[in-house]
Amino acid sequence: MSAELNSVCFNLNGEKVIVRDVAPTTTLLDYLRDVRSLTGTKEGCAEGDCGACTVTLASPASGGVIHRAVNACIQFLPMLEGQAITTVEAIGTSGKLHPCQQAMVDHHGSQCGFCTPGIVMSLHTAYLSRADISRSEAADLLAGNLCRCTGYGPIIDSACSMFSVRSTVALETVIAEEARALESVQRTGCLVIRHGLQQFFSPDSLDDLLTLADRHPHAVILAGATDVGLWVTKQKRVLDTIICLGRVAELKVISVSDFAIDVGAGVTYDQLMQVPELPDELTRLMRRIGGQQVRQAGTIGGNIANGSPIGDMPPALIALGARITLASGHDRRDMALEDFFQSYGKQDRRPGDVLVSISIPRPASGDHLGFYKISKRFDQDISTLCGCFALTITDGKITSARIAFGGMAGIPKRASHVEAVLTGLEWSEDSVRKAQSAFGDDFQPLTDLRGSAGYRLGVAQNLLWRFYLESTGQIAPTDRLELGQLNLAGAS
Amino acid sequence: MTGAVHKSLVHESATKHVTGSASYTDDIRAPADVLHLQLGMSSHAHARIVNMDLSAVRAAPGVVCVLTAKDVPGRNDVSPWAGDDPLFADGLVQYIGQSLFAVAATSRQAARSAVDLAKIEYDDLPALITIDQAMAAESFLEAPNVLARGDARVALDTSPHTCSGRFYIGGQEHFYLEGQVAMALPGEDGAMTVFCSSQHPSEIQHTIAHVLHIPFAMVNVEVRRMGGGFGGKETHGNLPAAAVALAARVTGRAVKCRYDRDDDMMITGKRHDFRIDYEIGFDDRGKILGLVVDQAVRCGMSFDLSQAIADRAMLHADNCYVVPDILITSYRCRTHTQSATAFRGFGGPQGMLAMERMIDAIARSLNLDPLDVREANFYPAKDTPDRNQLGVTPYGMVVEDCIIQDLVGTLVASSDYRSRRAEIARWNSASPVLKRGISLSPVKFGISFTKTEFNQAGALVHIYTDGSIHLNHGGTEMGQGLFTKVAQVVADVFAVDPAVIAITPTHTAKVPNTSATAASSGSDLNGKAAQNAALTIRARLINHLSQRYGVSPADIRFRPDGVHVGLEVFSLAQVAASAYAARISLSSTGFYATPKIQWDRTIKQGRPFFYFAYGAAVSEVVIDTLTGEHRILRADILHDAGRSLNPALDLGQIEGGYVQGAGWLTTEELVYDQKGKLLTHAPSTYKIPTCGDRPQDMRIALYARGENIEETIHRSKAVGEPPLMLGHSVLLALIDAIAQANPDQGEPQLDAPATPERVLRALGGF
Ligand SMILES: Cc1cc2nc3c(=O)[nH]c(=O)nc-3n(C[C@H](O)[C@H](O)[C@H](O)COP(=O)(O)OP(=O)(O)OC[C@H]3O[C@@H](n4cnc5c(N)ncnc54)[C@H](O)[C@@H]3O)c2cc1C
Ligand code: FES
Ligand code: FES
Repeated sequence: MSAELNSVCFNLNGEKVIVRDVAPTTTLLDYLRDVRSLTGTKEGCAEGDCGACTVTLASPASGGVIHRAVNACIQFLPMLEGQAITTVEAIGTSGKLHPCQQAMVDHHGSQCGFCTPGIVMSLHTAYLSRADISRSEAADLLAGNLCRCTGYGPIIDSACSMFSVRSTVALETVIAEEARALESVQRTGCLVIRHGLQQFFSPDSLDDLLTLADRHPHAVILAGATDVGLWVTKQKRVLDTIICLGRVAELKVISVSDFAIDVGAGVTYDQLMQVPELPDELTRLMRRIGGQQVRQAGTIGGNIANGSPIGDMPPALIALGARITLASGHDRRDMALEDFFQSYGKQDRRPGDVLVSISIPRPASGDHLGFYKISKRFDQDISTLCGCFALTITDGKITSARIAFGGMAGIPKRASHVEAVLTGLEWSEDSVRKAQSAFGDDFQPLTDLRGSAGYRLGVAQNLLWRFYLESTGQIAPTDRLELGQLNLAGAS
Repeated sequence: MTGAVHKSLVHESATKHVTGSASYTDDIRAPADVLHLQLGMSSHAHARIVNMDLSAVRAAPGVVCVLTAKDVPGRNDVSPWAGDDPLFADGLVQYIGQSLFAVAATSRQAARSAVDLAKIEYDDLPALITIDQAMAAESFLEAPNVLARGDARVALDTSPHTCSGRFYIGGQEHFYLEGQVAMALPGEDGAMTVFCSSQHPSEIQHTIAHVLHIPFAMVNVEVRRMGGGFGGKETHGNLPAAAVALAARVTGRAVKCRYDRDDDMMITGKRHDFRIDYEIGFDDRGKILGLVVDQAVRCGMSFDLSQAIADRAMLHADNCYVVPDILITSYRCRTHTQSATAFRGFGGPQGMLAMERMIDAIARSLNLDPLDVREANFYPAKDTPDRNQLGVTPYGMVVEDCIIQDLVGTLVASSDYRSRRAEIARWNSASPVLKRGISLSPVKFGISFTKTEFNQAGALVHIYTDGSIHLNHGGTEMGQGLFTKVAQVVADVFAVDPAVIAITPTHTAKVPNTSATAASSGSDLNGKAAQNAALTIRARLINHLSQRYGVSPADIRFRPDGVHVGLEVFSLAQVAASAYAARISLSSTGFYATPKIQWDRTIKQGRPFFYFAYGAAVSEVVIDTLTGEHRILRADILHDAGRSLNPALDLGQIEGGYVQGAGWLTTEELVYDQKGKLLTHAPSTYKIPTCGDRPQDMRIALYARGENIEETIHRSKAVGEPPLMLGHSVLLALIDAIAQANPDQGEPQLDAPATPERVLRALGGF
């Protein structure tokens, strides 16, 4: 079946739905609540940060179905083309609760209940996609679901215990049904929606995408909408032309060779984190990006293309020496990631350019990596600063230093003075002390709501010291206070 | 009476919560032609409005009406009492976010877009944003308040030791997950029905009546449940409710207003921030001899509830400790910021935290374990043989129910505090980067509204002839489990399963003239009122059965298997039908007024509280001395809920309170720019605790010997607010860790919230 003009087709709670004549930036949340009267899904913030609007999305994937928990408040309705949405109303009823619902009741997991539907749907998504969960994994799973009442203990208990209650309907049956439901909503060809002055394109091939981008050089390229969604819900921007890359399979491919991990721009954080060859430091840093819902929607390409000085992937990828490929029509441009960021708000991206892939070199065995994110809160917070260090040490000497920071300048930026001081020196306390004073040459950070200039600079210097202590085994890398890393509790 | 109370029943709405079928105000099906209201807000902190051109707003697509101060038929005021919170600013703006006008349009989006088209010209006036600025300008809501006993200055002069200091305690955004929301439906004869998310439906009713200039009796307000309140919906729901009522009156259509999260945080008041200056005198053992403390309180642009909040801070400056000579001065600073308001603890936390920090400072200056200093100063225990030896608070109330020694003693043992403290000191000396800290902090919190007249409640109970029971009372449900507890109380009277009690929304037409559900008093007051209503009906039934069957009242018993009348057993339905046939009323109101309390706030003397609730927590933290990051490793809590009505719900309040208190003092930072704009107005920038911030090792228990010495509902104790203050131990443990990292640098200078930046600064790290 090919996509018909001005319509979006998806499955909602088991029912095939075709929505016609809809503004393309209508959020899934508004559609559920206002159009479908499915008011179980709540709005707590309309910016992806509280999780009250969490729903389960099922999408076709090679070899089956993948499930994601997403924030309905920042998903535009046409992004759901060809997917299946499950909301809290559809997973259980008062007489026959889903195991995750039953666990929440049994453990007193709700007080005011307003966060509860979102939490239930995060749990529901986990129930579909894994077999059990530890307490620290549960905290991680739920980092994108704020609850102001409970203190979370009963919710963690629910998460851990729900797997022991198998659902009355076998999981395989649920997933098989879902796969069938998904089949019936698949359409091919470019989805085109015109509504008033707005137009929305969702091509299903890279060629079509590039042609469209060429034809509409000022269109907004839309990936996971974890940024773009907020332009609409918070900045009240009216986007006239949108080109969505969500259905372009070529952009979702990850390929691993001995030397590099090549990542399509449309790959989500969550997908990339599953790659076993990814350097541990990078996986660990990525766990600190957003919460589950943001990591299952936001893309690597989006995190780079938005040009933000406080995105977390760029400093890490720059330290690793990543290169990116931009495409425009049939042209391809390849550049070092750090060259993409020119000045605050300005990237080396020409009208019509689409970021297609990122190539991440795999570190050699003698390389030392240390990636650090500093924020007010450990989980789902934006970096005050993010410092990423990659050193090659040969015979005790630093032969190569790549150090990049986010949050320290108008762009993600290398600490070239610090690198220059270090290169050729021994990896010693003395060298660290020398290099620390060079940070002031590299960065003149700002004071803002996330931290003062003095704090940023001071911590940047301290992070080099911490990296030294860790890489020389003087403190264990597990001594970072990131969640689940520390094992001191009740050490007495 | 058997069974229903003192049981861990699940929340009455639990199943509805998890299935998404619990209906909140925004979920109520609105009429098809409902209008959506959006407020236009001030972008200047203090200015005269020179001109307000709303023509483009009126002309915007979908706009049906635009309202300003001129359109208010009655009083342009939504304040709880002082008359200083205009519904729409009239010529003068006093904070960024203040309501200027409202737009009602056919969709939310249309209303939200339209407000941006307003052209407002301001003529700026000097704005005071911080406490320091207000104190320097002597900008006060009222003259400083003083609470004094003895001569504190002389006591300081004669004390063997003194220490002094200054620190700041930040405010806190409520961040109820459900924002402010209200919907008005115009009725016949000018009547107005309003559904909203409010802790105080009666005040919403009164506010709307004043704004519309109609009698109270013409306004009906209904609240089924809130998605969290925490004090933030005590007065700050007045504005949106009044705005929709006015718009509904003008247009004749239903009107709904739901604040967008960012707007909510810009408009509504928060917990008061404080500046504390103190000097405390003590002996070699750390026994307190005298205290002079100044509490400077940022109240924002209007009174709201600030008087009572600042009073409560004064009344909790002693916490659990005897302070023989004391001088507390409270400065109620008027600033050009949101009008600070009620927030769980209501000033108590700030007053108490100051004292706890002083105790720690004393201990460090004497090189003692702070626990020893605490124990040396506790109020005498309730079983002190000679009543004359009982402690008296600075405001003249005898502390008759003190159990803190026993409670703390139990917690010290169960948490292994002493040996952990020693182990931590050893561990720290071998750890170059990470440092741990531990602290035990106790809580004594006064229960009752300090405004004595608020300590009353009403309820309404009906039994229908099929035996089903309808329950209504003046309290509101915000997640705390009040409806569950009150249903348990009523079920207990009739010995029925609480699940058969029909719980109904709070409604101003059912129970009038209610107080806010606040001050932790919800189940104390409404539980008693509902119990009285149920007892009245039960007495009538017993009387009827006794007459009809010639059985002595003493031989009539309500049991789970039915009503025993002598040897016969009837169902409640049979009994109700029989009473009906005999023309006996099966409906009753119930009323309760808290006994024993009296309070004179001008001289700050009396017995403001019916009793005290107690608790204590031990928190262990770790800090990273290179970044200032920190984590809570373990928390041990022992809390006194008296004879708990529902242990599971109470444990939920305790855990939630602790985490909320810890968030207040660590990650939750309200940042204003110099012009008075709140920069942290969304969850992306204002960080409440997430799942991972909760200590992985958390051990919470109810105080097993808990029993209220006063005759409260089933001898339980209020549990809404007190646990928030258990979170104090987190800040104190952080200070302990800093002091251990820097043993030679004196008392750590750490303001709250203790963000990583503040911790690193206190460590001298940058
Ligand atoms: C709650 C929350 C928490 C967050 N936490 C973090 C965090 O911890 N760390 C962090 O770094 N970020 C965080 N973010 C920001 C956000 O997730 C990222 O910036 C994200 O990667 C954007 O990706 P996206 O796929 O959602 O992009 P979109 O929102 O779809 O697009 C972002 C921008 O990139 C452009 N774009 C996207 N793809 C392409 C492409 N292939 N070619 C050209 N242009 C393109 C878009 O036009 C737009 O300008 C958070 C966001 C939210 C809502
Ligand atoms: S409403 Fe908060 S994440 Fe969607
Ligand atoms: S139960 Fe109220 S926010 Fe979670």
